[in-house]
Amino acid sequence: MGLEGEEGDFTARVLQHPRFVDLEKCTACGECAKVCPIPLDSEYDAGIAQRRAAYKRYAQAIPGAYAISKRGQSPCKVACPAHIAVQGYVNLIAAGRYREALRVIRDENPLPAVCGRVCTHPCEAACARGELDEPIAIRDLKRFVAEWEIEQGEMDLPETKPSRGEKIAIIGSGPAGLAAAYYLALDGFKVTTFESLPVAGGMLRVGIPDYRLPQRILDYEIDYIKALGVEIRLNSTLGEDFTVAQLQQEGYRAVIMAVGAHHCLTLGVDGEDVQGVRPGVEFLRQAGLGQASSPGKRVVVVGGGNVAIDSARTALRLGSQDVTILYRRTRNEMPAYEDEVEEALEEGVNIQFLVAPKRFISSDGKLTGVEVIKMELGEPDASGRARPQEIPGSEYVIEVDGALAAIGQEPDLECLDDTCRLDVGRKNCLQVDEVSLQTNLPFVFAGGDAVLGPATVIEAVAQGKEAARSVTAMVEGRDLKEGRPRKLTPVQPEKMDKPLQARERLPHADPAQRAKNFTEVLGPYTEEQARAEASRCLACAGCAECMLCVDACLAGAVNHDEAPRELALEVGSVVLATGARPFQPEILGLDFRFGQNPNVLTALEFERLLSPAGPTQGHLVRLSDHKEPLKIAWLQCVGSRDTNRCGNGYCSSVCCMYAIKQALVAKEHAHGELDCTIFNMDIRTFGKDYELYYHRARDREGVRFIKSRAHTIYDDPDTGGVRIEYATDDGQAMEEAFDLVVLSVGLQVPESCGELAKRLGVEIDKYRFASTEPMTPVATSRPGVMVCGSFQGPKDIPSSVTEASAAAAAAAGKLSPARWSATRSVEVIPERDVGAEEPRVGVFVCKCGINIAGVVDVPSVTEYAATLPNVVVADDGLFVCSQDVQEQMKAKIAEHNLNRVVVASCSPKTHEPIFMDTLTACGLNKYLFEMANIRNHNSWVHTAEPALATAKAKDLVRAAVARVSTHRALPKMTVGVKPRCLVVGGGVAGLTASLSLAEQGFEVVLVEREAELGGFSRRLTHTIEGADINAHLDKLIEQVREHDNLQVLTETVITSFSGYRGNFTTEVIVGPGMYERKINHGALILATGASEYEPSEYGYGEDTRVVTQVELAQRLEDPKGAEGLDSVVMIQCVGSRRDDYPNCSRICCQSAVKNALHLKELNPDMQVYVLYRDIRTYGLMEDYYTEARQKGVVFFRFDQENPPEVVPGEDGVKVSFTDHVLGREIQVRADLVTLSAGMRPRESEDLWSIMKLARNADGYLLEAHVKLRPVDMASDGVYVCGTAHGPKLVSESISQALAAAGRAATLLSQSELELSPVTSRVNPELCASCLVCVYSCPYGVPRINEDGVSQIDEALCRGCGICAAECPAKAIELNWYEDGQILAQVDALLEGVM
Amino acid sequence: MRLNYPVHVRIIRVPCTGKVDILHILRAFEKGADGVYLVGCMEGSCFYEQGNFKARKRVEYAQRLLEQVGTGGERVQMFNLTSGEAPKFAQFAREMTERIKTLGPNPAKLAGAASKGPAAGQAAERGAA
Repeated sequence: MGLEGEEGDFTARVLQHPRFVDLEKCTACGECAKVCPIPLDSEYDAGIAQRRAAYKRYAQAIPGAYAISKRGQSPCKVACPAHIAVQGYVNLIAAGRYREALRVIRDENPLPAVCGRVCTHPCEAACARGELDEPIAIRDLKRFVAEWEIEQGEMDLPETKPSRGEKIAIIGSGPAGLAAAYYLALDGFKVTTFESLPVAGGMLRVGIPDYRLPQRILDYEIDYIKALGVEIRLNSTLGEDFTVAQLQQEGYRAVIMAVGAHHCLTLGVDGEDVQGVRPGVEFLRQAGLGQASSPGKRVVVVGGGNVAIDSARTALRLGSQDVTILYRRTRNEMPAYEDEVEEALEEGVNIQFLVAPKRFISSDGKLTGVEVIKMELGEPDASGRARPQEIPGSEYVIEVDGALAAIGQEPDLECLDDTCRLDVGRKNCLQVDEVSLQTNLPFVFAGGDAVLGPATVIEAVAQGKEAARSVTAMVEGRDLKEGRPRKLTPVQPEKMDKPLQARERLPHADPAQRAKNFTEVLGPYTEEQARAEASRCLACAGCAECMLCVDACLAGAVNHDEAPRELALEVGSVVLATGARPFQPEILGLDFRFGQNPNVLTALEFERLLSPAGPTQGHLVRLSDHKEPLKIAWLQCVGSRDTNRCGNGYCSSVCCMYAIKQALVAKEHAHGELDCTIFNMDIRTFGKDYELYYHRARDREGVRFIKSRAHTIYDDPDTGGVRIEYATDDGQAMEEAFDLVVLSVGLQVPESCGELAKRLGVEIDKYRFASTEPMTPVATSRPGVMVCGSFQGPKDIPSSVTEASAAAAAAAGKLSPARWSATRSVEVIPERDVGAEEPRVGVFVCKCGINIAGVVDVPSVTEYAATLPNVVVADDGLFVCSQDVQEQMKAKIAEHNLNRVVVASCSPKTHEPIFMDTLTACGLNKYLFEMANIRNHNSWVHTAEPALATAKAKDLVRAAVARVSTHRALPKMTVGVKPRCLVVGGGVAGLTASLSLAEQGFEVVLVEREAELGGFSRRLTHTIEGADINAHLDKLIEQVREHDNLQVLTETVITSFSGYRGNFTTEVIVGPGMYERKINHGALILATGASEYEPSEYGYGEDTRVVTQVELAQRLEDPKGAEGLDSVVMIQCVGSRRDDYPNCSRICCQSAVKNALHLKELNPDMQVYVLYRDIRTYGLMEDYYTEARQKGVVFFRFDQENPPEVVPGEDGVKVSFTDHVLGREIQVRADLVTLSAGMRPRESEDLWSIMKLARNADGYLLEAHVKLRPVDMASDGVYVCGTAHGPKLVSESISQALAAAGRAATLLSQSELELSPVTSRVNPELCASCLVCVYSCPYGVPRINEDGVSQIDEALCRGCGICAAECPAKAIELNWYEDGQILAQVDALLEGVM
Repeated sequence: MRLNYPVHVRIIRVPCTGKVDILHILRAFEKGADGVYLVGCMEGSCFYEQGNFKARKRVEYAQRLLEQVGTGGERVQMFNLTSGEAPKFAQFAREMTERIKTLGPNPAKLAGAASKGPAAGQAAERGAA
């Protein structure tokens, strides 16, 4: 959100989004995801597979807990007055989970069958799908699912809270009264509903005709509510049969007034009282009670609302032959529902618009006609609708014998007597508090039409429900407004990319037939229709708040009310590692057919397709037809090196390598021959040993590399794939078909990171990468704010990980005084010696909710465990890892004096530390413990065979008990750490690492074999960005020389090296005086550097006009350096990328571009030619390559097999080469030929062997892991940086030096190291000194000691156990995996088999 | 990924397949296991550099021994996978189970005391990588 303060004293304000799952409680059992009905695109699978809204990003995610994607509330839920979790039940219907769908509806609305027919569905008007094609038919889906239950023949009644005795009275049994009764009954109240009519249902019964809402439907839902214990007393009229005062006397704690609006408004015109003119509501009521007769042969209905339409259609059904509706506005203003109007018209009802009755005409007291006047629309009135105005003189008469007035209703409040004087407001409605619906009498609440005037069923339901909630709160003594109303935030879907699909429509009965009777007009959905319709939902909000996860989570970890939190963090430094996103090829329009053709994928999508954990489990098939592709093309530089189409001028640095990797993996996954083709401009395999990988793909695996940018791509309708048109080097037009195309999308910093940078006051460049300086590559423009990873610039994983450590070191520099100041230490419980005791084992079996108990019969496993030898107690728990069960476990350990513990639950990889901590807290050694994995290895994978899974669980528990009985306490071991680092090499990397460590408060000894510091960088001039390398070096050396924590030893040679991490000893001979010195140090950093290759080709060393790039750069430092040069030719890959030295030297392309630009700057008319094989100006350096071409530097590509020829002559040097585009040989006369000579590591054979350091074939030091530990050597406590590791730029060396310092600091900052006691030990009695252990140990740890037997240093042992397995005398045991322990387990597992 | 695999497999955790001793394998057969297999990291990707190579050698040795004594060398196998390849793990379990079904029960069991109905099946050993 923001960053205030300055370096060392920042306040970072951050907004933490809610996870909706409590990290402490979640056991990652996944039940929430299983029940969650909302499918969303899986970000982890790049959108080619789906996940649920309740989800875990991927199996190995940290933290392991689940989370819920909830962006707000869906528009349908917000629009629904009752706020039903619409999106939830719609998706449940799509999944065929009807019972759960209905439960979700009834959580907020007890009348699904009724509302499934007559609801005005404001949800549908709000539905986001409406913007795409048509809204989801939510009402019809509700009807479908309600009908499904009726067909099943069994009511799915919810559980009510325990009966609580309090009585509540509800006046009225319409929708508001019914809803109130339902929710109060759920809360355990005794509810009595008083109804004045002889039937229950209020307006649902007597206001809505049967052809819209059949009686049986209403009966079913009233019966459903009554089944919860609600009593409905019919023919009980308030004010006549009883009073509110009486109810109070009878002990009712609260009254809910839901009396509706049954009083019909009159027209106020002459003749209204004549026989034949009736209020529409009264007419419908009689019809509903089965008492109505035909209103006449020719009937007019006055009004434009639903009552008018219903009255007209009911009149038709009761035998009227001519029914006309008179409405004083136009159809646009008509409040009746569009569908109903349409159906009425279909049935033959006439509607006259812009007319109003003036008077009714009668003869003999009987109606004969109505005089009407034409109207026109005037200015808008208070309701916003145009006010109708009479047109004078336009009167005419319609002959009728019946008229129905349906111009509105209001509550009939005759029932209120002196004991119940409720405040009445506008339109004769009851006045209530908006939120609690409480009236002026605190125990009386009101809702529905009585409050709203004539409104909708769903509004009445909503108010009935809210009134019920208020009553519960009042009885429980809570604040009525606590948490109400809940804030809802409507959100639109993130993407509207679903294909268009029309909504499913309900079948309509034939108008001619249906107008004669009261059978239902609309028919039901078929199941297929319903599921098809439901699956159109866009799932706008992510989570639908259906609350199924809340019920499913037995650990009680889900909390849907969690709110975002704003935190203020007091910090000294900030590291930005926000990364980049894959480029979105949609921006490029239709160029690549992406988004149009399903077989055009981004590289990330393809990566997921290849992943064993991906949607196809690594099977290489096209998602469109599940066929295996035979030909795949990769198109490089999509969203990179492309200023024209997307503005990304930079190279993304990673795409060439990943494309090659994908091609190789794809070939491996394919069952038959797979043709892989990579279309590229240059192949940029510039990293350490990357070139070898490229060669393997090209030469051994047959991946085709085509130097061309595809210009046209179109669909191939025959194959579903695409056809690609491209031009070869010599301009030949080619066309080729592919089954699958992978777009090698680049990296791009998202806009949101740009905005973040702005909020933090950090400068970014034109591509939104954080601006940094070459000599401070991880420092942003704001002091104290560091950056690493691809937000710093496009880069691969090894560079990102390196930079991360560098940023950590840079951030720690100023913070070292605060080290350990905010840590807390754990209280140490003294350990009980159990060595002499007989094993007393406690077994704890976990149900893991239903994860284990759903398959395995846990009680029987527990019972069985109790019978096993040495077992003192066995118990089970719902979640053994939960806090409360852990406490119980502690109590059991104490109570039964246990000395061994077995937990039968899940994976030790995730849970072993938790249980071990519990043992430690009880004074037991943590190795007196064993887990039986009866979940991951059993209940999860043998779901179909519960009996066998239970038997297997018993086997596993038996084996664990047998094994733990053999366990011994293993002592905690620690070694001290010498807080001093030895840095070998005084070049820019060694200097930087030394200074960083010194600034972090550690002692550093820097040894350099030369007399001067600076290394190879001394010969360098400027970086491509223009930074002065020598000036930086001078400053660095001065700082190093002056720092109190730093000692510099020049002209120093290392003579011996021994020890292990934290405790090394290195002996050196110093200076011309050859003084011997012994240095004790905890860490070692190797920065031995590299130098420029000395060319033996192209006449170098024979002719002074042939120089290297370094020499040219030095020459150009002199402003007259370019004098006399009219033509310069540069030749790339000299000493690199050749058969005997296959790797790329990484830096030479940028050297050439840098010097070429310098030459052009000094003499713009100079001809500069660069002869190259691939230009590898990776990352942001691509811009300089572009600039060089713009300034007229000419680049020619040559093949390795056909290198340029250089012939020095009198008149300059003649350089000849073959140009691919022209297809012929070209000759150039040069004043100077510059060779881009590669790099070579420093030769220090003595050092490598003294320190036992591994190197690659080129002689560069070999890191422990290319990606995960890029600056660690295989030996712990030894780190590498700079060009000793591989060719790199000065800025990259600086990054890596900081990284090495950061890594060393994590070791040096600890006063002692805890060593794993799981190490091998030798029994000297048995050792035959055969040396097998010495030779088999991958780390060379065992040695034959003074006693002539093998000895293993436990500080160096890694605990693999290889020596123990190899030892022929069985003299070696690996702690915690002793042979006796493993065999006890084997024997127990196989008990009873023989 | 919770992929189902045959229920007769029992897993024993070791730090590396390089820790699995020939004695452990033979003991399992002595006690009536119908098959034993090791599941380690991909060759060349051993966390301890050489553990899975050593394991493979021992498996091959065990195969020869078991072949000689008439138990059948095919009852012991070595498999390799990476930690992200759950489907492969399930596939190995199925493959091994199928193989054992073809081979029939451990002959030592038939020769031993009265057989006690369907046996508990094979014990499996795998490296927890």
